[in-house]
Amino acid sequence: MPITLQAGGQLGGFTLIEPLHEGGMATLWRVAHPGHALPLLMKLPRIAYGETVNQIVGFEVERMLLPVLAGPHVPRFIDAGDDGDQPWLVMEHVAGQTLLPLLEGTPVAPDRVAALGALAALALDNLHRQQVVHLDIKPSNLLLHAPQGGDERIVLIDFGLSHHARLPDLLAEQFHVPMGTSPYIAPEQILGIRSDPRSDLFALGVTLYHLATGHRPFGFPGSVRGLKRRLYQDPEPPRSLQPDVPRWLQEVMLRCLEVDPDARYPTAAQLAFDLQHPEQIVLTERAERSRRSGTLARTRRWWKSIGLEPEALRAKVPDRAHAPLIMAAIDLKQRDPALDLALKDTVQRLVATAPGARLACVTVMRTARIGLDSNLDAEGRNRHVKRLVGLRDWARALDLPDHRITFHVLESADVADALIDYARSNAIEHLIMGARGVTGVRRLLGSVSARVAAEANCTATVVRARALTNTATEPGNPMPAGAIEPS
Amino acid sequence: MRIGLLADLHANREATEACLETLSREGCEQYVFLGDLVGYGADPGWMIDTVRAHVDDGALAVLGNHDAAVDDPQASRMHAQALAAIDWTRAQLDESQRAFLRELPLQATQDDRLYVHANAWEPAAWGYVHNPLAAHCSLMATDRWLTFCGHVHDPALYYTGAVPGEAAYFQPEYGMPIPLPPSRRWLAIVGSCGQPRDGNPAAACALMDTARKQLTFLRVPYNHARAAQKIRDAGLPAALADRLLTGA
Repeated sequence: MPITLQAGGQLGGFTLIEPLHEGGMATLWRVAHPGHALPLLMKLPRIAYGETVNQIVGFEVERMLLPVLAGPHVPRFIDAGDDGDQPWLVMEHVAGQTLLPLLEGTPVAPDRVAALGALAALALDNLHRQQVVHLDIKPSNLLLHAPQGGDERIVLIDFGLSHHARLPDLLAEQFHVPMGTSPYIAPEQILGIRSDPRSDLFALGVTLYHLATGHRPFGFPGSVRGLKRRLYQDPEPPRSLQPDVPRWLQEVMLRCLEVDPDARYPTAAQLAFDLQHPEQIVLTERAERSRRSGTLARTRRWWKSIGLEPEALRAKVPDRAHAPLIMAAIDLKQRDPALDLALKDTVQRLVATAPGARLACVTVMRTARIGLDSNLDAEGRNRHVKRLVGLRDWARALDLPDHRITFHVLESADVADALIDYARSNAIEHLIMGARGVTGVRRLLGSVSARVAAEANCTATVVRARALTNTATEPGNPMPAGAIEPS
Repeated sequence: MRIGLLADLHANREATEACLETLSREGCEQYVFLGDLVGYGADPGWMIDTVRAHVDDGALAVLGNHDAAVDDPQASRMHAQALAAIDWTRAQLDESQRAFLRELPLQATQDDRLYVHANAWEPAAWGYVHNPLAAHCSLMATDRWLTFCGHVHDPALYYTGAVPGEAAYFQPEYGMPIPLPPSRRWLAIVGSCGQPRDGNPAAACALMDTARKQLTFLRVPYNHARAAQKIRDAGLPAALADRLLTGA
């Protein structure tokens, strides 16, 4: 017999304050507890007679996963329990609104769509690093949180359909119908694959497409047959629906919506990177597409889709290590041939081992600490362009194709800060930089590389030129040759 | 409460010491020995004395087929090497040690948990839980929420799922706490401490946090070369030593 919930009531030591939402799957209450200062939310699955097993399992899955998730892009788990027949789950009540209301005001400006997309992709990257695929990404599960005095970020909610690579999947054998929300569900997910992080990139692509154009790329099908149509029918190119959508955004969205997961972005980090640096996106035929493909191409894809075996797709789920974002920090002002060579050699070896790796070449242009001289504008631009030219020249020997390399000139008063910040906001996996010998001044002030290695939130490799190392270190205390990797 | 679980220890002192040390460091307040304390390994006397001391201290222990075979070689059908090891073992034990084995229960329950060496449906017949069907039979034969067993040497986790007539299977990852939802029923094979057979020579054991309802499977590296050498020195079949080196 389900217990009745009312304001002022108690459940598991929590006081029920007010109901917030009466959803199809669960009821949400604002609750309080003397031991917790955070605003709290209690989720209670609907267990009344007639509710489907699916809802209960979804709740079970969320209750299993939330305690093992961490970081700024998921609500904090507080407690869970069962009182009588009523299971409940308490988590942090994150302030903010989901992206759902934005669908009322479509089309949303392309820049805003890209900015929201980048925030969502960074959140997904964080989740995927925790070995979880969300599998129900849609506007109502992307919560935009703007903390006071902080940068806005996306918090992912509702993990009822999620999959953890290292935990039992209670949903895997549960149902033989596709699980997900019909407009957003990825093709491989329709076939029962629950382990591919790129399924979330497809769903995010649907979300961005809807925001940017006001239309759903695959409609709102209500049958499995309708769902399967997206396996062979490509969406209307966004620019044909909304000419204001720039080519680069069409490129990004259509790449997310590729049927073959291998044709999408390999990681959410790479998607976030492109959305944050649109000027460096390499445009392909996708950007120029102005209509759907013809009957012949569609029929061909339809035939192909009939033969798609989930087992074959399951085997294709990639290891994220194959597609890292690598950042090379380059000092163009004080170049040292031996160090240059050692740095390039390390970068080359790293890029060569990961076929999906992308390299961001970054340099920092020092600016005055206080004030900005407006009459220096033109000169500043000139210096900026010079640095870009310098970066391209530096990277020429690496011989990487355009889609695998980008160039960035940062401006900052503090070089280490700029590099650390760039690595964080771009979800860089591995930062490589050179270290010069330890001169008197450096020994006193501490070097940039030492600070970056200590403070960056990614793996950092500090490269030294061997010849320099020998002269710069004290006898009897040789520095390690090559790289150190505090990861 | 944190419970440390060890199964199929097989008189391997080095493996057992390493697992007990790890579990104690993880804050275990109770130990459960899931049978097959002896057989195959070179330290049966030490093993029984150690387990007996833990049992006096509140630990639980159940009988395994190798333990039963010490007094009754017909208790379980065994291959020649296992029988040879049991004959050797019998000669190493004094009467009180043999009495300890004889008096071990086939199964034990504690709160919502069942501890048994082989399975819950007929513990004394030593049938293996080696597939989802057998796991289903075992889960149906007990009203406890969580069953721990051994006998099968490879770690595994089974639970009641949606497919009628068989349990769902999960291959555990080591060191990852697995939340066990109370709405399902679970059967965990903790893996062999004293004679791993999955290609990894490290000893297996598990840690159950009853308050958090989280189960962690562990692998503990130990000096398996020394354990193997002692088997050779004892004159036991060389194959029993070799398999400790490869974990196969």
